Amino acid sequence: MQDKEFLMSDISTLLSAKPVSRRDAAAGLARGGAALALSSGLLPGFAAASTADDAGSATDAVTPFRVTVAQSSIDDLKRRLAATRWPDRGTVDDWSQGVPIDAARRLIKHWHERYDWRKFERKLNAFPQFRTVIDGLGIHFLHVKSRHADALPLILTHGWPGSVVEFIKTIGPLTDPTAHGGRAEDAFHVVIPSQPGFGWSDKPSQPGWNVVRTAQAWGVLMKRLGYSRWVAQGGDWGSGVTHALGHVRPDGLVAAHVNWPLVFPQQFPEQPTPEEKAAMEAAGRFASDQFGYFKEQATRPQTIGYALADSPVGQATWIYEKFQAWTDNPGRVEQVLSTDEMLDNISLYWFTNTAASSARIYWENARNGGGFDAGRIELPMAATIFPKEIYRAPRSWAQAHWPNLIYWNEVDRGGHFAAFEQPQLFSEELRKAFRSVRA
Amino acid sequence: MTAPSITPFKVNIPPAAVSDLRERLSHARLPEKETVNDWTQGAPLDNVQALIRHWRSGYDMQRLAKRLQAFPGYWTTLDGLGVHFLHVRSRHENAMPLILTHGWPGSIVEFLNVIGPLTDPTAHGGKAEDAFHVVIPSLPGYGFSEKPGAKGWGLPRIARAWGTLMQRLGYERYAAQGGDWGAGVTTWMAKQQLQGLAGIHLNLPLLFPPPVVGEPNDEEKASIAQLVAFGADKSGYAVLQSTRPQTLGYSLADSPVGQAAWIYEKLGEWSDSGHRPETVISPDDMLDNIMLYWLTDTAASSARLYAESFATDFSPQKLDLPVAVSVFPGELYRPLRVWGERMYSNIIYWGEASRGGHFAAFEQPALFVQELRRGLRPLR
Repeated sequence: MQDKEFLMSDISTLLSAKPVSRRDAAAGLARGGAALALSSGLLPGFAAASTADDAGSATDAVTPFRVTVAQSSIDDLKRRLAATRWPDRGTVDDWSQGVPIDAARRLIKHWHERYDWRKFERKLNAFPQFRTVIDGLGIHFLHVKSRHADALPLILTHGWPGSVVEFIKTIGPLTDPTAHGGRAEDAFHVVIPSQPGFGWSDKPSQPGWNVVRTAQAWGVLMKRLGYSRWVAQGGDWGSGVTHALGHVRPDGLVAAHVNWPLVFPQQFPEQPTPEEKAAMEAAGRFASDQFGYFKEQATRPQTIGYALADSPVGQATWIYEKFQAWTDNPGRVEQVLSTDEMLDNISLYWFTNTAASSARIYWENARNGGGFDAGRIELPMAATIFPKEIYRAPRSWAQAHWPNLIYWNEVDRGGHFAAFEQPQLFSEELRKAFRSVRA
Repeated sequence: MTAPSITPFKVNIPPAAVSDLRERLSHARLPEKETVNDWTQGAPLDNVQALIRHWRSGYDMQRLAKRLQAFPGYWTTLDGLGVHFLHVRSRHENAMPLILTHGWPGSIVEFLNVIGPLTDPTAHGGKAEDAFHVVIPSLPGYGFSEKPGAKGWGLPRIARAWGTLMQRLGYERYAAQGGDWGAGVTTWMAKQQLQGLAGIHLNLPLLFPPPVVGEPNDEEKASIAQLVAFGADKSGYAVLQSTRPQTLGYSLADSPVGQAAWIYEKLGEWSDSGHRPETVISPDDMLDNIMLYWLTDTAASSARLYAESFATDFSPQKLDLPVAVSVFPGELYRPLRVWGERMYSNIIYWGEASRGGHFAAFEQPALFVQELRRGLRPLR
C-alpha cells in the first residue's frame, strides 16, 4: 500500500503545519495528485476575523419570499431530460468510477416521468420564507418561529451539495417538540438561510464570500430578526460557517453545534489511538479517492459550471454520487433517502442554476492552505458524531480545540447528511446539545 | 486464422448529429460570469460565449470530416479493440516510419497540420532525407477508436498494441513520438523495447516526480516549482478524471458547451499564448478537436485513461533505447536534461524550442516538425 503510506506521511506533514516539501509535493503529481490535493488545503485559516458590519447594505428590509419556478423552466428541464445523451457504460459495474449508468438512468427516468416539482414547491412555500440584503448580497432564508415563546433561536447552515432542503424534515421536531416526542422547553425558533451562491440567495459577483464573511452575515441576520440570544448549527460547509461563527462571535451567539467537527490536531500523535488512526485513514481516503470534485471546485469552479449549468443529467449525477457515497445506507442511498427528496435538492440546484456559484465556495475557502483544522474556539461548542461521516473526529481532538465543550455524543446511525437522513435523531441531538445553554 | 485485416475508414458526420448539436447549442444555458477577471476560476464566460457563438454560426460543421477525409484513414483490431488511424506514406521510399500519439484533451486533429511537412519535406522547406511515413492512431476510448468495455487499457497495453499495428503495417524499423498521454504511450513502447522500435521522441518526458539527487540547484528548483504549481492549482481535472470519470462523463456527454469549455480551458492554460489560445490555434482548429470529442461521445471514455494510468504508469521510466527530447517553453514544466540523463541511458537529442507549449504540434507545427527532423536524424 505505497499510496496509503504516502498519504499518511503527507497528512502528518500537513498537520504539523510545515510546508509540504517541493519534492514530496511533486512526487504526488505522479500518484494521482492526492498529496498535492492535501497540500492545497481544505479550509482556510480562521485567525483573522474582522468585525461584523453591514454598513454597506442600503436597507434592512426583510421581504417575504415564495418560490415560484416558471412553467417554462420546468418544460425546458423536461425537454432536456428527454434529449439526454448518455456516455458509454464504462469499465466497471460499481460506483468506483462514479454513478453507474443504470442507476443514473433510473434517476433521470424518475425525474423526467414521475417527479413533481410543484409538490415540493408547495411544501417549501408552506414555511415562511424571506429575503434580505446583507453586506450587499440578497440572502434567502426560512424563518419558522415556535409557538413556544421561550424557544431558543437557532440558525442552521447547509453545505454542498446540500441546501435548505436538508433541514425541512427537522423543522417540525425543532419548532414544535411537543408534537414530535419532545418537551416544550426543547423548542427552537429556526432560521435556515441559503448560503451565498446557493438556492435563492444571490450569487456573489465579486470574490470574498468565504465562510468568515458568511458567518458575519449570519450575525447581522440574527440581529435583524431581533434575536439577542441564539445558537448555531451546521454540517459540511455549514460546519465551516459554524466554526467561523465561533471565531467571529457575533452578538448574541451563545453556543454552536456541528455534526462535522474540524478539529484535526496541529501535530498528529506519534502513537495514535485506534480512534485517531481511523479518523486519519478516513480523511486520507477522502483526500485521495474521493477528492476529485473537491479539487475541481476549489480550482476551476467556472469550468465545471458550464457542463452542469447546461446538463440536468450532469447536475443530477454530480450530486447523486455524493448522496450515495456519504449517507449511512445499507447498499443503496434510496434505502435512506427517497428519490423524490433527492430530486427536490437536485432540482433546487438546477432551477437556480447554481452549479458554478455553489462550487465557488470551495474556491473561496480552499484554494490555498489549511486543513481539517478550524482552530481553537472559545465559544461553547457541541458535536454529534454520525457513524458514516466522512471521518469521525475523536472527542480528545475536540477537547484540545474547544475549551468549552458542552456536549459530545456518538450516535448509531446517519451519515454526512445527518439532518436529511435522520431528522428525528438529529433533532433530538440538538435538543440535548443545547439544553445546558437555555436561559 | 485469417490475417488481421486493415480496412479503409471514412469519417462521416451525419446530418442528424449536426442538427442535434445545433439544437443543443441554441438552447445552451450558461452559468453567471466568474467573480474574477482572469482564468483562476476556469475558462472565462466571455471566451466561452465567443467560442460557442463561432461553433453555432461561423464554424463549418463538416470541416472536421473534410480535413480527415483528405488523409487515408483505416480501422483495425488490436488486442480485441477496434482502432482508428491515419496512415500517410511519404513518396520518398527511404522515409522513416513514425507513429505519432496524441494525448488528452488532444486527438489526431493536433497532428493534421504536420502531416504534410513530415511526409513531404521537400515541399515544406526540408530535405528528402527528412521524410517520414506517418501513422496517427486514436487512443482507445478516443475519437473513432473503440471504447474499452473492461479495465486494463493502460499505457503498457496501448504501447504493445501500437507495436502490433506497426508490424501489421509492415514496418520493421520505426520511431515513435508523443506528448501528454502520447508521451506515456511512447515511453512504454521504449520501456518494453518493442520489436522494430529504433527510438523515440518526446515533447513531455515523464520526469515527474523529478529524479533529483542531493540539494536541487536553482534551475531544478524552478522546474520543481512548476510541478508543484500544477499539482496545487492545475490538477483538478486530473484528480477528477482519475477517480470519477463516469460521473464527469454524464454532463460532458450531454452538453456540448460543457465539453467545449472542458477542453478549451486546457488549450488556454497549456498553450504558449498567455491565456489567448486563439492567437496560436485557430478557433476552427480548436473546434475540430472539440467536435471530434463531441461527435464520438468520448468524454467519459477519454477521461477513463486517467483512472487506468495516471497514478501508476504515467511516471519516470528507465529507458535504454535512443531518446530524443524537445522542450517547448510553454510546457507545464521545464524538464531538465540532467533529470533525463538519470532515466535515459541513450539521449540522442535534447532541444529547446523558442515558442510553443503543451500542444506543440497543434500550436507550432513548423517548429514541431523541425524538432522531429533534428531529433530523429541520428536514427536514420
